[in-house]
Amino acid sequence: MPSPGDPYDVAVLGAGPAGLAAAVTAAEQGLTVALLDAAQQPGGQYYRHPAPAARATRPDALHHDWRVFAGLRERLDAAEGVTRLYGHHVWSMTREAPGSPWSLHALTGEGDDDDASAPGTGTTVQARAMLLATGSHERHLPFPGWTLPGVVSAGGAQAMLKSGLALPGTRVVVAGSGPLLLAAATSLAAAGADVPEVIEASGYLGYARHPAALAANPGKLTEAARHGAALLRHRVRPRTRSAVTEAHGADRVEAVTVSRLGRDWRPVPGSERRVACDALAVGHGLVPRTELATTLGCATRRAADGTYALELGPLQETSLRGLWAAGETSGVGGAQAALVEGELAALAITARLTGRRPAPARRLRALRRRRDHLRAFADAMAAAHAPGPGWTRWLGDDTEVCRCEEVTAARVREAVADYGARDPRSVKLLTRAGMGWCQGRVCGTAVACLAAAAPDATPAPPDRRLLATPVPLGTLASLTPADPPPAAPDDPSEGHPS
Amino acid sequence: MIGAACAHYASRAGLHVTVVDRGPVAGGTTGAGEGNLLVSDKEPGPELRLALLSTRLWTELAAESPPDIEYERKGGLVVASTEAELTALRALAAEQRRAGVTAADVPADRLADHEPHLAPDLTGGCHYPQDAQVQPALAAAHLLRAAVGTGRLSLRLGEEVTAVLTEKGGAVRGVRTAKGEIRAPHVVNATGAWGGRLARMAGVELPIRPRRGFVLVTEPLPRLVRHKVYSAEYVADVASGSAALQTSAVVEGTQAGPVLIGASRERVGFDRALSVEALRRLASQATRLFPALARARALRAYAGFRPYLPDHLPAIGPDPRVPGLLHACGHEGAGIGLAPATGLLITGFLTEAEPPLDPSPFAPERFAREPAPP
Ligand SMILES: Cc1cc2nc3c(=O)[nH]c(=O)nc-3n(C[C@H](O)[C@H](O)[C@H](O)COP(=O)(O)OP(=O)(O)OC[C@H]3O[C@@H](n4cnc5c(N)ncnc54)[C@H](O)[C@@H]3O)c2cc1C
Ligand SMILES: Cc1cc2nc3c(=O)[nH]c(=O)nc-3n(C[C@H](O)[C@H](O)[C@H](O)COP(=O)(O)OP(=O)(O)OC[C@H]3O[C@@H](n4cnc5c(N)ncnc54)[C@H](O)[C@@H]3O)c2cc1C
Repeated sequence: MPSPGDPYDVAVLGAGPAGLAAAVTAAEQGLTVALLDAAQQPGGQYYRHPAPAARATRPDALHHDWRVFAGLRERLDAAEGVTRLYGHHVWSMTREAPGSPWSLHALTGEGDDDDASAPGTGTTVQARAMLLATGSHERHLPFPGWTLPGVVSAGGAQAMLKSGLALPGTRVVVAGSGPLLLAAATSLAAAGADVPEVIEASGYLGYARHPAALAANPGKLTEAARHGAALLRHRVRPRTRSAVTEAHGADRVEAVTVSRLGRDWRPVPGSERRVACDALAVGHGLVPRTELATTLGCATRRAADGTYALELGPLQETSLRGLWAAGETSGVGGAQAALVEGELAALAITARLTGRRPAPARRLRALRRRRDHLRAFADAMAAAHAPGPGWTRWLGDDTEVCRCEEVTAARVREAVADYGARDPRSVKLLTRAGMGWCQGRVCGTAVACLAAAAPDATPAPPDRRLLATPVPLGTLASLTPADPPPAAPDDPSEGHPS
Repeated sequence: MIGAACAHYASRAGLHVTVVDRGPVAGGTTGAGEGNLLVSDKEPGPELRLALLSTRLWTELAAESPPDIEYERKGGLVVASTEAELTALRALAAEQRRAGVTAADVPADRLADHEPHLAPDLTGGCHYPQDAQVQPALAAAHLLRAAVGTGRLSLRLGEEVTAVLTEKGGAVRGVRTAKGEIRAPHVVNATGAWGGRLARMAGVELPIRPRRGFVLVTEPLPRLVRHKVYSAEYVADVASGSAALQTSAVVEGTQAGPVLIGASRERVGFDRALSVEALRRLASQATRLFPALARARALRAYAGFRPYLPDHLPAIGPDPRVPGLLHACGHEGAGIGLAPATGLLITGFLTEAEPPLDPSPFAPERFAREPAPP
């Protein structure tokens, strides 16, 4: 712990694989570390596990490398100098000027529902260096019926299984695109669900075009083989170049329509068939959660699947000096990449803060090589699973694209065709799509794809959200006032409203 | 918004208009501000005259437009927390009444009739029934759409103007964009906060600068705020000549449920990074007026850049230095409110019609006359 009032050496935001590896490494190098996460316990998405109170006997049942997590947790417990700030939901990251410490503004309590004067408390954590390890959220591509009960996200199904061990249904179709489908299907089948089909929109053949990336990642191949073997055991065979283009049901999903897809993901007319089920787990990959950085103007790169990740230097530093990133914020790449990047970033931060060379050189070289291999593999996956532009063909006019604000595809198309919207922001202003509770995290991709239909459209820029999570006004109001801004006596209109 | 209003009135007057924007409709400040159409915050003078004309024109436009533009004449309520503030507010209201504004004094014990959830310890206020609102992006989109419908407007989006083309004699003959030349005897500079840059392309100075503002938007709430409500603190500050002037945030409910709180004012260039201090002030002003808002969660915040000129009046009219070039920019925190009057004035210049009010305070060349700063 630094003395009260002093900033930590480093704040690590996110206690998933990337953040844990970074916090442990930095602490072992002698730095003072604040490890923050919104969740009440470490682990992130990958090492998600039941809360201790649930008394699950084998949290490792769904984790093939639970040992890795257990090892990290032990090292974390043994390390001095790590302050664990769980239950801290960070809504903003700021700093006064380049070179000055970072401030993380966090919500720490949910507040008392019956007491208007207790809107939840806030706290501010300061650090000299900052590591952003906030992971990702899922990408959604809507289709008619996607809002029916029983339709869940593939990652959500995984998360449910990992934390609560509850199944979304008994006969679960798994659909979408990306490696998470196989993981979700395997877990669902292992937990006792009947998985009649796994429907993958891409051809998988994309991987074959990157033999070097595959050869360099034997671990990834065994992972896929393991899922493949497990699925075979449960008699599940993935179908490629197909998609669930509609879900049917009155009060809950009863069946889905599966269509074959053409090259650009356009559904092939006449290829539809119906598959009965009582749940559908659907996922289209992950989107890096980078808004805390992009809001500060941090540079991004566009991955092959259309998502934006932070652009990083060779040692994980972003375009903002003093801000590092690891794990999915630097591009969706899986837990192994997250672990390697977290460690690498911690070593780089140590070197910067202590002025020593990033030692030991051998370890650093090995980490960099492994990181590069894993990244190359991730890039190949991103290219293979990039949604084809034809997917918007399966949206009916009355399909809700934004479920928070109930905005249909027809209204988004009209805003683009007739009212001059060209990007998600102008669509939002003209239709309210993305203005609701999720702030466009769910509908963002769909809206961007529909806006891109205009011939003169500009590519959607990365998301910027000034508030990473909702904040009670009372919490904002009770922040410590900053110094008054420079007075402007020459300026008679300074105080006018609006 | 300004470009849309100019295009709307000009095409209605029979002119052929091309609107060029490097982005989408409402992609600039118009899509990053609020839609208060206020007379209450304006002291008697040229800006108030423009606002009063606009108030009338907005009523007409709202009657012609679909309800989608969310025009609502909900009225403003300015409230005082101290006796000094109330005195200053009453004095301002009296002057505004002489200039044609409708303003009714509200004693402290009647405030709750207007706004039941106001803090109980306020000293009084003023009700301004003419204050209204519109959703700026929708208003701009619908005005443009109506103009396209006349067959005299073409809309070119995603096309940046890179040069203003002039004849040998110096008169304007069009603009160049990445996609080619657009020929026209008149070019209207309605590029808002970027107006100085466009003026420079034509070889003239227009000292427009950006002034950042943040807006806070809450989760949808049951109806808590009925009017546009803001504190009279700024009136008292202006009256006392206080140096530490601050913003009075306007608090208002919307039809969709969220409460909007805006906006702050800072001169920081085009910097979009969050100012926690600006949000703190907005939130504390809002919760000071409406204590029940303390538990409401802000879902999002956004920032925009008001285009402002040194004397805080817009530049509206022909630029005598470049024949054929007109300016319609620099409306600062009131561009939505002042848009129709601006569009009408510009159209008047283009068609050589009698101006609806004295345009001389808005003459774009007024800054060129001043001595250059040392
Ligand atoms: C829903 C979901 C399910 C997944 N399931 C699997 C799976 O089964 N198998 C698999 O191989 N991969 C899965 N993944 C991918 C997996 O997330 C990554 O491979 C890996 O966890 C990345 O590690 P990370 O450290 O980068 O991020 P994460 O593990 O996602 O950790 C990020 C952490 O940051 C915290 N955080 C984010 N924003 C804030 C904030 N503003 N304030 C405070 N804390 C914050 C989060 O609470 C989270 O704990 C899943 C991803 C998602 C989104
Ligand atoms: C936070 C905030 C709150 C506000 N609240 C209110 C309010 O309540 N009421 C009110 O009346 N006003 C309000 N305002 C002010 C109002 O938003 C502005 O005065 C108004 O939007 C200005 O409109 P404009 O058309 O001049 O500028 P913009 O809307 O910025 O339009 C200018 C356009 O020019 C385009 N452009 C620029 N350069 C080029 C180029 N070279 N080539 C092609 N295109 C170009 C831009 O892309 C942009 O679309 C607020 C402003 C802010 C920031």
